[in-house]
Amino acid sequence: MRLDKPGQIDRTQPLSFTFDGREYSGFAGDTLASALIASNVRVVGRSFKYHRPRGVFTAGSEEPNALVTIGQGAAAEPNLRATTSELCEGLVARSQNRWPSLDYDLLALNDLFAPFLGAGFYYKTFMWPAKLWERLYEPFIRRAAGLGALSGAPNADHYEKAYAHCDLLVIGAGPAGLMAALAAGRAGLDVILADEDVRTGGRLNAERIEVDGRPGADWAETVTDELRGMGNVRIMTRTTVTGAYDGGTYGALERLSPEVAARTGAPRECFWRIATRRAILAAGALERPVAFRNNDRPGVMMAGALRAYVNRWAVSPGKTVTVFGNTDDAHRTAADLLAAGVHVAALIDARPEAGTDLPVRFYAGAQVVNAHGRGGLEAISIATLSGIDKVQTDCLAMSGGWNPTLHLTCHMNGRPDWSPALAAFVSRDGAVPGLLTAGACRGDFSTHGCLAGGLAAAKAVLKDLGKRARATDLPVAEDAPYRISPLWAVPGKGRAWLDFQNDVTVKDVKLAATENYSSVEHMKRYTTQGMAPDQGKNSNVNALAVLADATGRGIPETGTTTYRPPYVPVPIAALGAGAQGAGFAPQRFTTSHDLSVEMGAPMVEAGLWYRPGWFPREGEKTWRQSCDREVGMVREAVGVCDVSTLGKIDVQGPDAPAFLDLLYTNMFSTLKVGRARYGLMLREDGHVMDDGTTARLGAHHYLMTTTTAAAGQVMKHMEFVHQCLAPQMDVSFISVTEQWAQFAVAGPKSRDLLNGILDDPVDGDSFPFMACGAVSVMGVAGRLFRISFSGEHAYEVAVPARYGDSLFRLLVDRAGELGGGAYGMEALNVLRIEKGFITHAEIHGRTTAFDIGMERMVSAKKDCIGKAMAARPGLSGPDREQLVGLVPTGAVKKLTAGAHLFDAGAEAVRKNDQGYITSAAFSPTLGHFMALGFLKDGRARHGEEIRMVDHVRQIEARCRVVDPVFFDPEGGRARG
Amino acid sequence: MRIPCPICGSRDIREFDYMGHAQALDRPDPGAGAQAWDDYLHNRDNPAGPTRDLWFHGMGCGAWLVVERDTVSHEVTGATLARDVKGGAA
Ligand SMILES: [Zn+2]
Repeated sequence: MRLDKPGQIDRTQPLSFTFDGREYSGFAGDTLASALIASNVRVVGRSFKYHRPRGVFTAGSEEPNALVTIGQGAAAEPNLRATTSELCEGLVARSQNRWPSLDYDLLALNDLFAPFLGAGFYYKTFMWPAKLWERLYEPFIRRAAGLGALSGAPNADHYEKAYAHCDLLVIGAGPAGLMAALAAGRAGLDVILADEDVRTGGRLNAERIEVDGRPGADWAETVTDELRGMGNVRIMTRTTVTGAYDGGTYGALERLSPEVAARTGAPRECFWRIATRRAILAAGALERPVAFRNNDRPGVMMAGALRAYVNRWAVSPGKTVTVFGNTDDAHRTAADLLAAGVHVAALIDARPEAGTDLPVRFYAGAQVVNAHGRGGLEAISIATLSGIDKVQTDCLAMSGGWNPTLHLTCHMNGRPDWSPALAAFVSRDGAVPGLLTAGACRGDFSTHGCLAGGLAAAKAVLKDLGKRARATDLPVAEDAPYRISPLWAVPGKGRAWLDFQNDVTVKDVKLAATENYSSVEHMKRYTTQGMAPDQGKNSNVNALAVLADATGRGIPETGTTTYRPPYVPVPIAALGAGAQGAGFAPQRFTTSHDLSVEMGAPMVEAGLWYRPGWFPREGEKTWRQSCDREVGMVREAVGVCDVSTLGKIDVQGPDAPAFLDLLYTNMFSTLKVGRARYGLMLREDGHVMDDGTTARLGAHHYLMTTTTAAAGQVMKHMEFVHQCLAPQMDVSFISVTEQWAQFAVAGPKSRDLLNGILDDPVDGDSFPFMACGAVSVMGVAGRLFRISFSGEHAYEVAVPARYGDSLFRLLVDRAGELGGGAYGMEALNVLRIEKGFITHAEIHGRTTAFDIGMERMVSAKKDCIGKAMAARPGLSGPDREQLVGLVPTGAVKKLTAGAHLFDAGAEAVRKNDQGYITSAAFSPTLGHFMALGFLKDGRARHGEEIRMVDHVRQIEARCRVVDPVFFDPEGGRARG
Repeated sequence: MRIPCPICGSRDIREFDYMGHAQALDRPDPGAGAQAWDDYLHNRDNPAGPTRDLWFHGMGCGAWLVVERDTVSHEVTGATLARDVKGGAA
C-alpha cells in the first residue's frame, strides 16, 4: 500500500502499467517492484524448482524472486528484476515460471514432491537409462524448472557498446563514492562516477540518516549538483560495473531510461569498457537473510529493502509488520516503520542482551521458527525461552547482517578474508591492482565510516597520481558501532531457504555434506546453490556457513566459491552490439560496385570485399552460360575486370631494392625502372606466403601487389621484416589499396580499347609485355601495367579511386563496342586455371616453392626470408606433392576441388592417398573440365592415368596427369 | 589488458596482434645451421613470470613492440619499439 508520506516519487506524474494483463498504476520514480507493492500485489513469481509463490524480496539488483518478463512480442525481455526496472507509462510485465497462471500453477505439484527433489536429485534419478535423457528427462526438467523464456523472434531493439577513459572510476555513488568523487573531482582528476541506481545517494535514499544536519538524500543531491558542474566529472547512473579486468579495464552495463530508450534508434542498453588509471570500489553491502522454516513466503523480505520501500517509495508491503534480526538494523527498521505510521506487531532480536526503547512488543534472544500462510504471510511463530508465540503479521522484515559487496575485488583471482568481528568476508587490499575499497564494501558500515573512507581513498589516489588534494571537509554523520551475533539458520523442522532463486534449502546443503560434497565448490555444483542469475548474492555466505557447520569446520577453512564477472547478467545483445547481420563484419566496396549491381552481377564476398561473380546477359539462364561467354570474350575480344581489391603497397627509399630482395625469393634490385616482375614471398619457415607483381616506378620507388586475401598479412609481415629484422634499412612503405582503382583490360583487342582512352596511345615498342609507367587517361594522371592474369595480351590501368566509377563505366561501354564486356570472378578463375596460374587455393600455407614448381625463383645470389628453412630436408623432392594439371579421361567428365587422388587401381582410402585437387573448372576454351592439384612426385608423372575420388560429393573420375599450363604454354598470346 | 605503445600511449589489447617471444628479433645468419634455425623458429621458453614478447600495433600506428609483461599477474611493465631494441643491440 502507498503511505501518506513524502518519498522520492512524483505524485503529479501517475503512470499506468499492466502486470499479468491487469492494469495498475504507480508514479514517476517508482520501480516496478515498488509500484506492485503500492498496488498490494504480493505474489510476483513462482520459484525455480518447487514453483512456490514468491514476493518481492529486496530493493536492488540482488533480487532473487521478482524476475519478470517486460515488453511484448520480439522485444519481450525475460528475467528482468522488477526491483531495478523503472516504471514507465504503458509498461507491460508478466510473471514467469507458472502455468497456466500465477495463482493457479499446475507445476506447484512439484512442491508436494519436494522430498524427492532435493540436492543431487537430477544426478540420482536420471542416471539410467541414458536413452531416456533426451526424450524424457531433459524436456521434463526444462519445463518444470526454469525462468522466463525468450520470444524466439529476432530482436529489433538497438544495443550499443562504447569506450570511456578516466583517471579515476568510482564504483557506487553512496556516501563513500560521492565523497571520493567530490575530493577527486575538486582536485582536477578526470572522474567517472558510476552507480546502478537511477540516482546517486545509495543507502542515503533509503534511510532516515542525516549528513551535516540535513537529510542524507539532500546532502547527496547537493554533492551531485556540484559534481555535475565539474567538466572533469562524468556521472553515469543506471550503470552497473560488471567486471574488473587486467590493466585497469572495467566492464559496465548501462541501462538507458525507458524514455530515452523509446526514442527512434536509441539503444536499450550500452556495454561500456572503461579504462582507468585508478578505481575506488564503493559498492556498499548486501544484506543477508536468515534461514528458517518457510522463510520464502511472500511477505517475508529483507529489512534494508523494507526501509527503502517505506522511506524512498512511500510504500509498505504490509499493514502489520514484524521485524527479525541480529543487529541494530532490526531496531532501525522498526523505528522507520513507526515513523511512517506503519503498525509494528513485534520486534524480535536474536541477541539475548538486546534492549529497546521503541514502543513495540519486543523479544530479545528469540528466533522466528516458522512463517505461515500459503499464498502469502499471515503469521509467524517465535521461539522464546518460555515457548512458542504466534504473532499475526502480513510482512516480516529480516536481517542476518551485511556482506560487503566485494565481488569486483575477486575478479582477478583475489580471495577475501573472514572477519569474525563483522561475521562477513572482507576484501584483501591490492587484490585488483589500482583498485581501493571504501565504505561498507570495506566493512565500514556507519555513515561516518563511509564518508571518511571515501575521502581517505580519494586522497590516497591523489597522492599516488601526484595530484594535490583541495580542502574537502568531512561531513558530520552517525557513527554507530556494528554489533552482530551470527545467525545463519534457525534450527528446526521443515524447509528453510538459503538460495531463493535456485530453490536450495538448508537440508540440501546438509545432504551435500553428508554425501561428501564437502568442498564449497562441490556443494555449489551438487545443490546448484549460487548458480542462478543472481549468482548467490543473497545466499553464498549463508550456504557456506551452513556447510561449515555441517562439516565441523570453521568458515575461514571452508572458504568461498569464486566470484566471477559479470556482477549482474549482461545481455549478449549488448556485448555483441552492432555485430548482427551486415554489422558482423565491415563491408568494402570497389568503385565498380554500383555499376556491377546495376548490371545484375551477384556480388560475392572476398574477405571483406564484395566482387562480381559474373555479369548475366539476356537469355543466360545459368552462371555457367555467363561465365563461358565472358571467358570467350577475353580470349577472342576484350574483357574488363576490377582488380582493385588486390593489395597495393607503395615502397620507397634508397634501400627499397635491398628490402624487396630480402622480402621476395627473387631479385628486385635488378629490375629496370619501367618494368614489372612476378615475385614469390615465403614465410620464414620456408612455405609460400604470397605472390604478385611488383612494378619499379623509379630508382627508389616500387609498387608491389599482393593477393586480395593476404594484403593485411603481407603488410604486417613487411613491417616485421623492416622494424624487427632490418631497421637499418632506409625504406618506407604504405598501403595504397584504397587510393587507386585498377582494372584489368584483357584480350586481343585490349590495346585498341586502351588507346581510345589514353591521351598518348601505346604500342608494342613503347609498352612491351611487363612494362609499366605513368599514363594520362583522358586527362587524369594514371598508371598502366602490361601484366596478364589471363594469358592474353592484357593491361591493368589504374586511376585515383575517385575516377574509378566513371572509368569502369567507360571501359565496359567501349569493350561492348569491340565485342567484349565486363567479366567477373568466375571467368577470372577459369582464365587463370587454363593458364596454370596459382591463387591461395594452391598457396594455402603448406606448399613450398618446390611444390608449385618455382624453386628456381629462389635466388642463389642472396638471402631472403624463408630461404634457409626452405632448404630443409623434406620440403623438396619426390616425396612432395607437386602441382600438376588434370584432365578427365573416363566416362565421368567432371572434376571437383577438394577431391583426393589415387593410383588407378588403388582403393580410395587414406593410406593410398596420392594428393588432392585445389582448383577445378570447365574450360570453354578447351571444351572440357580441367583441374589443378597436388600429386605425389607429380612432375614426373605427366601422362599417367589416375583416379579422382570426391568422397563428399560422391564423384569418381578417371583423369590424366598433365602440365598445369593447359592453354598457350609458350605464352605467345600475352607477349604478342 | 592494455599496452603502453611508445607512439600512441596506453591502448586496449584489441588493437594489437600477438606474435610470440621476442627471440624472433634474433634472426640467425643464413648459414647458421639447422639447430640455430630450428631454435629460432620453433623452440621458445614459456615462462611463468616475466617475459618479453612481440606485439604488432596493427589497429594503431603499425609499430612492432617488445612488451615486457608477467604471464602470472598479467602486469605489463613496459613496451619498447622493436626497431629501437634492434638498434641498441646492433
Ligand atoms: Zn602505436
